[in-house]
Amino acid sequence: MGLEWQLATVTGVRDETPTVRSFTLALPAWDGHRPGQHVDIRLTAEDGYSVERSYSIASEPERGGEVDITVERIEGGEVSPFLHEVVVPGDRLEVRGPIGGYFVWEAALGGPLLLVAGGSGVVPLMAMARHRARAGSGVAARLLFSSRGPDEIIYADELDRLAAAGDGFDVVHTLTRHQPVGWTGFARRIDEQMLVDVLEPLGAGTRAYACGPTALVETVANGLVRLGLPPDRIRTERFGPTGT
Amino acid sequence: MEERIALMRDDPAVDLTVDGNAVGGLLAAIFGSDVTSSHGQCATCHTVSVVGTMRAYARGPGVILRCPACAEVVVRVVETPRGTYVDIRGAAYLRVPPAGEASG
Repeated sequence: MGLEWQLATVTGVRDETPTVRSFTLALPAWDGHRPGQHVDIRLTAEDGYSVERSYSIASEPERGGEVDITVERIEGGEVSPFLHEVVVPGDRLEVRGPIGGYFVWEAALGGPLLLVAGGSGVVPLMAMARHRARAGSGVAARLLFSSRGPDEIIYADELDRLAAAGDGFDVVHTLTRHQPVGWTGFARRIDEQMLVDVLEPLGAGTRAYACGPTALVETVANGLVRLGLPPDRIRTERFGPTGT
Repeated sequence: MEERIALMRDDPAVDLTVDGNAVGGLLAAIFGSDVTSSHGQCATCHTVSVVGTMRAYARGPGVILRCPACAEVVVRVVETPRGTYVDIRGAAYLRVPPAGEASG
């Protein structure tokens, strides 16, 4: 199921940051997804040339019949500039999915839950955070989120709201290149000491999900193993150029 | 220099590896179901790993999956106008779960 290409209709477009945009796709035949899964999108030119990319689903499965994807514009990419510059509500796109059974968290799996994101690696983790909130899961959860600067924090306002809900979810930001005046948070790349600080309140039974550039993902996975988390409780997703 | 290396490592155009998970759609079209949670054994080093965690090189003329332990090629997929070539000689086996059952 879910393996056939289907024509999705774009029903919403909104900017998340100056280079990141979300698209809502209404899907005629959609069996639902699990938080962390992705879809493939296929673009076909008039001469038959086609190109596919996979994009993580950002929305929670509780929203039936549609998914949000969040796409960072990659200069020189074949797909993301098209999505950013050309696609408007009402357009139709070929979509296949949902795909992926490994990098998945559902409320029934429990916690505590540590989510670690670099840049647009936050997208599948946002599906988990949104699902956690909508499902009424009370498991303790933290998002450690590395962004370059304050204007590049994807979902900044919504993350603030989720953290303010008082249901056990909080967000720890690190800003690696530009910090606002008076910034007291982390201001460096994610390292092992940062993981120690963030993991400490959650404890050794934590399930961890890390998504971002390869270097970040490997720092996190190796660091968490050294801190005593069993490798089978650490799930990783590297994004490379197929995410463009 | 350290900063330059760090910048390059942050650049998705330089970072060519993704996870087997990312090519799950292509694999599903071949195997008939989502195999990203399935296990495969590397024929070279005999490590058993989840397909979704294999290293995927998806920007060449085809898709290559490499063993996360020894980096040998496990699966090659090349789509051509005459059909799709699937070369799994690098795998001792792939274990696909029974229909309707997701493996974890």
